[in-house]
Amino acid sequence: MAKDEDKIIGDLTSSDYKYGFTTDIEMEFIPKGLNEDIVRLISQKKNEPEFLLEYRLKAYKKWLTMEMPDWGHLNIPEIDFNEIIFYAAPKKKKELESLDEVDPELLDTFNKLGISLEEQKALSGVAVDAVIDSVSVKTTFSDTLAKQGIIFMSFSEAVQEHPELIKKYLGSVVPIGDNYFTALNSAVFSDGSFCYIPKGVRCPVELSTYFRINAANTGQFERTLIVADEGSYVSYLEGCTAPQRDENQLHAAIVEIITHKDAEVKYSTVQNWYPGNKEGKGGIFNFVTKRGLCEGDNSKISWTQVETGSAITWKYPSCILKGNHSVAEFYSVAVTNNFQQADTGSKMIHLGKNTKSTIISKGISAGKSHNSYRGLVKINSSAENSRNFSQCDSLLMGDRCGAHTFPYIETNNPSSIVEHEATTSKISEEQLFYCQQRGISNEKAIGLIVNGYAKEVLNQLPMEFAAEAQKLLSISLEGSVG
Amino acid sequence: MKTKEIAINLKNELLNQFEQHFDVFASANSDFVKDRRRKAAKIFKEIGFPSRNLESWRKTDLTKVLSKDYALNLSSKLEKNNIHDFFSCEINQFDTDLYTQVNGWCVEKQESPKVYENGCIVGSIKAAMHQYPELFEKHYGKYVTNEKNGLIALNSAIFSDGYFIYIPDGVDQDRTLQMVNIINSKKHEFVNARNLVILGKNARLKLVHCDDSIEFKNSLINSVTEVFIDSGAKLDYYKLQNKDEEAVILTNTFFHQEADSSLMSNTLILNGGLVRNDINVLLNGRGANADVVGLYLVDGKQFVDNHIYIDHAVSNCTSNTTFKGIADDEARSVFNGHVLVRQDAQQTLAFQNNHNIQLTNTSKIDTHPFLEIYADDVKCSHGATVGQLDKEALFYIMQRGICERNAKMLLMLAFVGEIVNKISLPTVQEYSHDLVTRRLKGELSACDQCSIECADPDKPLVFEIDMSKV
Repeated sequence: MAKDEDKIIGDLTSSDYKYGFTTDIEMEFIPKGLNEDIVRLISQKKNEPEFLLEYRLKAYKKWLTMEMPDWGHLNIPEIDFNEIIFYAAPKKKKELESLDEVDPELLDTFNKLGISLEEQKALSGVAVDAVIDSVSVKTTFSDTLAKQGIIFMSFSEAVQEHPELIKKYLGSVVPIGDNYFTALNSAVFSDGSFCYIPKGVRCPVELSTYFRINAANTGQFERTLIVADEGSYVSYLEGCTAPQRDENQLHAAIVEIITHKDAEVKYSTVQNWYPGNKEGKGGIFNFVTKRGLCEGDNSKISWTQVETGSAITWKYPSCILKGNHSVAEFYSVAVTNNFQQADTGSKMIHLGKNTKSTIISKGISAGKSHNSYRGLVKINSSAENSRNFSQCDSLLMGDRCGAHTFPYIETNNPSSIVEHEATTSKISEEQLFYCQQRGISNEKAIGLIVNGYAKEVLNQLPMEFAAEAQKLLSISLEGSVG
Repeated sequence: MKTKEIAINLKNELLNQFEQHFDVFASANSDFVKDRRRKAAKIFKEIGFPSRNLESWRKTDLTKVLSKDYALNLSSKLEKNNIHDFFSCEINQFDTDLYTQVNGWCVEKQESPKVYENGCIVGSIKAAMHQYPELFEKHYGKYVTNEKNGLIALNSAIFSDGYFIYIPDGVDQDRTLQMVNIINSKKHEFVNARNLVILGKNARLKLVHCDDSIEFKNSLINSVTEVFIDSGAKLDYYKLQNKDEEAVILTNTFFHQEADSSLMSNTLILNGGLVRNDINVLLNGRGANADVVGLYLVDGKQFVDNHIYIDHAVSNCTSNTTFKGIADDEARSVFNGHVLVRQDAQQTLAFQNNHNIQLTNTSKIDTHPFLEIYADDVKCSHGATVGQLDKEALFYIMQRGICERNAKMLLMLAFVGEIVNKISLPTVQEYSHDLVTRRLKGELSACDQCSIECADPDKPLVFEIDMSKV
């Protein structure tokens, strides 16, 4: 029995990363390192309006005064920002008119990743914005969406076509100086997705951004901005992968969501950056700031994340519940393996009356990895009758891994109710015994239990994505999940 | 003046006093202690008072506390010799052996500790370090780290006095020991008390520690208590903190538990201007069990911060942390629980609970229940809630003709009952229950003296029945 378990855990920790290949495409780089000229160069390359350059420079100056955060339960090696290339793009031959004109190598890359840009368009009705390294290569479905007034395009395009919206919303939820990495991103962000849903429109398809790091020694700094106007709805998906390399690569993104009155945004992430090898060498540093603002009354933001990749994850999707009766949700499954480290969780800031938030976090740690939940629930004195429920469970597989919980609860209002509970345990012997008693092999039983454990979160994912996430979980837990 | 300057000013002032009066307050100390004092002073000079930049001190602001003009009481001479002339804090019919400290100095047994027939030694730590150097040096300073916190280093450098308790192997000390720490001074007293409790193998002890004040002056208590519980020993430790609104108590308690030992620590905080309790438990032997519970009732502008750190260093240990609190007016409470399960500390059971009732929207409640786990075969869970009294329960009681005020009282009593009922000494339990009741009624606003007849347990709880509702 113990041997079986060892074998399963051994298999689990040695499962391979499927997306570790690199694509040989012609790339355009700028010199490595970071200084004011680099910031100007990026802005110039993208032909940006003056206000954006100023925004970048302000951020750069702020960044210089800040220090790398060290409060996470993480062991972050020193990052040499002068060794990073801050802008890398597949060379554009000419403006793309249709999918047929996309570099076949690129299409092939996305096919290999299971994100077929063509197939997706035809079959599943998901509009995809594919971002490779620093730029968006293709956004599908834009035209169809435009008929409904939905703006879905790469960030660079949006800057050119809708500067007034960018100017109004950029940095309105995540200010430049929020933390070290937001300042960095605000200075050097290269591309990303922009999405605007007009009043009363329910987005007919799921919008999706697929991020791929391809080039070596580069960092990826993308920016996503979603604005849902009154009474609108959108479901947004995000996926990411990177090649297998011995060096660490930095990914520092910002996602901002604004929901106006009665609007709803559902944001789902399947994060599968390269986690590093079995010895903990290589992998992506995933330092991401995601925040949503429930601006108007009755608005809703829901974050769902499946975190399986990255050498180090530092990510706290949060919500500011400003509008009365607004609702925020956070569902997360974080799997760490080998030498992976994850410090992730959520922040819920209640400002409006009758606001409601839910946090469900499930951590699975195996190998020699460390998985921490860190979260803040803050009830402001104005947030009457607000309600929060948090549950964060951890599952330990193996005796050399760690699972930690660091919740912060701060309440200033007597009419609010805040509840938090957490458990940490390994797979229950009784459950295993029960399954085996019914003829299910040990290996399958563990798979069954792990799946059931994560189900609560996986169920929140949209159909197409849930399948991918489940597949991913099976890869991460290969050899143990049936 | 800025926070940093204030802290540095007081630090320099204290270090000056340390240099100037070293011969006075350390005159009767052994060389061992003198050496330790000097080392600790050096560390304090380096790290100073804890500032809010430290994660564990983020919520506790000492600026106001440190800006007072304090007087260090460096001599053990009492202003009034007979303690009973001005103090009689006795729990009704509570049969204990009472030891008092006034302004940080032991009143009884200053010259030599009392030796019981069964071999137990109780008395002043100052006397014990001379008479029992072997015992003292084996344990003193072993369970604390001066580097961890400037307050501990400061205490190690300039502590005045404190109690020393030794229970030999296999001895069941049937008489409850009661330690009372009183501040009675016209000045702003700065008291640094240092206590050492040693329980031998399979020993038993019940210890009650009370903090009281007589003169309502700005006093600051910075106490460090080290407790060693050898294998199979059992300690019941009760701490009652009932001070005035101006008082500041900063305590650091370290429990070191060996195999199969058992600890029951119960902290009742009824009053105090600023109370910060750091309770550290190290479970160092298989089968050890720690039960750390507490209750805080804060109103006015009071501030209470409890930091509970449970370190599961070896396998097969159990721990339970339960703290409950009620915050009224503009009071603020902080709970910071941290359970650490080290690698290979398998078969650990650890539970951590913090429940709060918030009565006003000017009060603040912060709770941080942390778990840090490095072993897989464990069961650890925590729960934290902040809420109000159950409206349905309130309605149910009022339906039966009990007025709202009493109905609320009943519910609050039931809420805190879990902690009070854990007190295994019947008289202390009754006394605590009574204190809590009066505290919740608002009758007990400050220091409670038993000589004032209000603590009469025979007096039943009177319910005003609202006849108009019947």
